[in-house]
Amino acid sequence: MNSTLFVNIFRFILLLTAQIIIFNNMNFLGYISPFPYILFIILYPVNGNKFGLLFASFLLGLILDMFSNSGGIHAAACVILAYYRPYLFRFAFGLSYEYQTIKLNDVVTPERFSFILLSVVIHHSILFILETFRISFFWDILLRTLLSSIFTILLCLIVIYLTKPNRR
Amino acid sequence: MQQIFNFIFKNSNRLLFLLLLGISLSLTIQSHSYHKSKIISSANCLTGGVYERINNVSEYLNLKTQNAALAQENAALRSILFNAKDTASVPKMDSIKGLRPANIIVSKVIHNSYDSYENYLTINSGSLQGVKSDMGVINSQGIVGIIDNTSPKYATVISLLNIKSQINAKIKKSNHFGSLVWNGKSTGFVQLIDIPRLAAIRKGDTIVTGGQSVIFPENLNIGTVDKIYIDNQTNYYTLDIKLFNDMTNLGHVYIIKSKDREEIINLEKREKNE
Repeated sequence: MNSTLFVNIFRFILLLTAQIIIFNNMNFLGYISPFPYILFIILYPVNGNKFGLLFASFLLGLILDMFSNSGGIHAAACVILAYYRPYLFRFAFGLSYEYQTIKLNDVVTPERFSFILLSVVIHHSILFILETFRISFFWDILLRTLLSSIFTILLCLIVIYLTKPNRR
Repeated sequence: MQQIFNFIFKNSNRLLFLLLLGISLSLTIQSHSYHKSKIISSANCLTGGVYERINNVSEYLNLKTQNAALAQENAALRSILFNAKDTASVPKMDSIKGLRPANIIVSKVIHNSYDSYENYLTINSGSLQGVKSDMGVINSQGIVGIIDNTSPKYATVISLLNIKSQINAKIKKSNHFGSLVWNGKSTGFVQLIDIPRLAAIRKGDTIVTGGQSVIFPENLNIGTVDKIYIDNQTNYYTLDIKLFNDMTNLGHVYIIKSKDREEIINLEKREKNE
């Protein structure tokens, strides 16, 4: 119990710092920026405390909002993703996901990939819709969501691949 | 009573979700309305301090371009000094008071965003140095933005590249006024709207700040006309303006503290009340 708690706190701080220092300054082609900080929500233990997850993702989004002057868009997107995470699990891994030992931090299988893909797309579309807040930018929102999602997914997979536990 | 408690216990997860979602959505909506002092901004001790640390490191990467800009500005100032009789390039003087009374605060950009629709800069001087909201921010090449929020040591600036920003500007040679806005597309270009069709405009004309706002003094450089569109519905021109400034690479900036500002605002307020 305690070790997972510490791992999560460590992950929270590390991802937040990396996002603020490195990834927020990555402006490919002027407007594509990846948000791999949502790995925290994706990698949170499946049967972990739900309140903890909701609060932590709210805090994560809020701190990021503070740094990027964006009101509450990250917080809203993170909270929505955290709340609907069980439904995504059910979609990706089947009904009995709670009784399986799902480890996302492992080799990428189609189930894991579909879960990550769905989470990232949901998070990013909410984020960009709230950011612009007007319909006249519809195609722009779509383009941004698409490109940034691709980027984030690539980065997430790289991070998962690099940090996956060694097994001999 | 029992049932209410049961309901709360049963749906506690959903209730917490709705509560947090409500908070974040209200913060979002608040941030979309122009000029409200925000709780969540990068002008507080924590965020400002972190950005200053980061900037201390990343500053070294830009030293060369910053030096070049400063040298260029020095050369321009020197040419004004040596050719003092040539008043064509000097900002217009008030015939009674001399130069327009304004103070200038030097500051440094410690965080710059240009990848979203509502971009803000963070600078490292705040209310202790006399910075207040609605002051103009410029650098050696042209205007940068308007101060939004301040804290004791830091301030946020609404960048020109913000779809909420609206600045009074005019065509240098003909004095036709319009408003400067951004359409959210390219970081090198902004749009000048509501220029009447009467105005004779050509590609390459210089755009400067107009004298109608109390935020910026008149005749500060903004950019040159790049493309001209005619709005069919309103018979006004919309111009694409190529900025003199590279908004993606900003170093030292100057904050303009107009002494006339409060007098003008008070006067206009009194007129409205009467």
